[in-house]
Amino acid sequence: MKTEVINQQGIEKAGIKTLAVSKHSRWKKIKKHWQLYFLVVIPLAFLITFKYVPMAGIVIAFKEYSVVKGIFGSDWVGLKYFKDFFQSPNFSLLLKNTLGLSIYGLIVGFICPIILALALNEVQNARFKKFVQTVTYAPYFISTVIMVSIIILFLSPNAGFVNNILGLFGIEPINFLGNPIYFKSIYVWSDVWQNTGYATIIYLAALAGIDTQLYEAAKVDGANRFQKIMNVDLPGIFPIIIVLLILNVGSIMSLGFEKIYLLQNPLNTNSSEVISTYVYKVGLLGANFSFASAVGLFNSIVNFILIFTANKISKRFSSSSLW
Amino acid sequence: MTKTGNTRIKESKIDRLFIGAIYVFLVLILIAVLYPLIYIVSASFSSASAVTSGSVWLWPVEPTLLGYTTVFKNPQILQGFYNSLFYTVVGTFISVSITIMLAYPLSRKTFYGRKLIMILLVFTMIFDGGLIPLYLVVKSLHLIDTIWALLLPSALAVFQVIIARTFFQSTIPDELVEASEMDGCSDIGFILKVVLPLSKPIIAVLVLMYAVMKWNMYFDALIYLKSEELYPLQLILRSILILNTDPSANIEDILKMQGLKELMKYSLIVISSLPVLVLYPFVQKHFVKGMLIGSVKG
Repeated sequence: MKTEVINQQGIEKAGIKTLAVSKHSRWKKIKKHWQLYFLVVIPLAFLITFKYVPMAGIVIAFKEYSVVKGIFGSDWVGLKYFKDFFQSPNFSLLLKNTLGLSIYGLIVGFICPIILALALNEVQNARFKKFVQTVTYAPYFISTVIMVSIIILFLSPNAGFVNNILGLFGIEPINFLGNPIYFKSIYVWSDVWQNTGYATIIYLAALAGIDTQLYEAAKVDGANRFQKIMNVDLPGIFPIIIVLLILNVGSIMSLGFEKIYLLQNPLNTNSSEVISTYVYKVGLLGANFSFASAVGLFNSIVNFILIFTANKISKRFSSSSLW
Repeated sequence: MTKTGNTRIKESKIDRLFIGAIYVFLVLILIAVLYPLIYIVSASFSSASAVTSGSVWLWPVEPTLLGYTTVFKNPQILQGFYNSLFYTVVGTFISVSITIMLAYPLSRKTFYGRKLIMILLVFTMIFDGGLIPLYLVVKSLHLIDTIWALLLPSALAVFQVIIARTFFQSTIPDELVEASEMDGCSDIGFILKVVLPLSKPIIAVLVLMYAVMKWNMYFDALIYLKSEELYPLQLILRSILILNTDPSANIEDILKMQGLKELMKYSLIVISSLPVLVLYPFVQKHFVKGMLIGSVKG
């Protein structure tokens, strides 16, 4: 920072001449380290090909995509596909399901790791703590396909594990995945089972970094353990909580396609069809590329606005923000 | 004096009660996480009739390896296992290579354009083109239904680039770079002789993170692949475990026994999780390390 300021002042004082010199020396430096620039070419090619070219390809949302004419040769149709989407009978249902699932998941999935991390932080027995961590991190590494298979096997109405237990209490078998009412809870709570442990890692690191003097001060003031959590631990990890919250808000619309798609069946689509699964079905399976791109773009834009707003709000009310 | 003593005892009583409640809470969570896992393993070793009648509760009932032998008799599963191994090994190699190739220059302060590239990287985390445009790009490159469709489009992960860059920044001191320049060492020579040997911890983190990602990946295969002989294990698992389609015609004869199919599902879940499970101690350690490096930058 300091050298930068000095440099700038120096350039301003000496005028254009030094600017030319510094430009010259910059070229020299680049030439000297040409190998570094050479190395970056391949990864940048990946980034541009698979991230930025598709961004440019979004234009097909405003075009009538034809295989023959290609992305850039197809005819413009303006906002036709956006209008189609907003006016389609699916629109309100898709929006309702997407928002419902993600906000439910955001609230539950965000609070659980904080509670678990605060509880783990109170444990003095290092071995017990380590054991709980090892066990609760494990489900994170189970693949989506396996996770969904487990859910389906456990919730099966014929001799599924959960219905076996309900049977002990004389409850008739329930077809959980066949009933739209249960879908959101199945999705959200199986996520909690799978990801809560792993999500504590960052919070535990932040808790370990809290100044020990604060704990001593709390002790002197006669705070009990619970008060210590509320007045030292929580404020201590608050900046991290905010940053993770912004990130989560930013992904409200980009619900994990993989898990929802696998959990779907004809009986529960009423509450399980979300924007990403719809884009896949209409776009790839139905080969309706332009319409699906418009739906996908709508999704991306809403996400972008959400993360931007969340960041702005947090900047205003606390010191932590993403940028 | 006595009064303060009293309050202290009283407080610690509350605290002891509180900590007791926390231990009970954690034990309940332990059970909630562990029990389903134990149940799956136990069911996979039980007899088919025990599984379908729901008589397995904690330990295997009428222990047998029948579920496993059925799995291993299925040529499709073996093919998928082999394919996944290939995608994981080759894919991880490509990913780790390009991640380091990008992350190391970005960690050097003298590298022009590092800010711009970082912005380009982070921007992809908050905005993306969506499924269809990406699919059309992959299609126009003629990668559809080839092994490259699984190896290339998802090769570069932004989070991994950021943690590698943070690691290089904090472990490779500028003085070392300058000293090597004095000795006339080229940048690539410096990377091979100095940076890589010093970066074993981050390479381990990258290898494991990418490997788990690739082993578990199914979505790319779902949209890009058509030929069954290219399918990774996860896609085969999906057709057997979720879609409930019959693995293949000849296996149908073996599966005449009622319930064997249900049993096979449990064995299949255990087997397909095995590679990650075997590596779990390393995986856990290095994932935690990676997450911590990543969280430094936020």
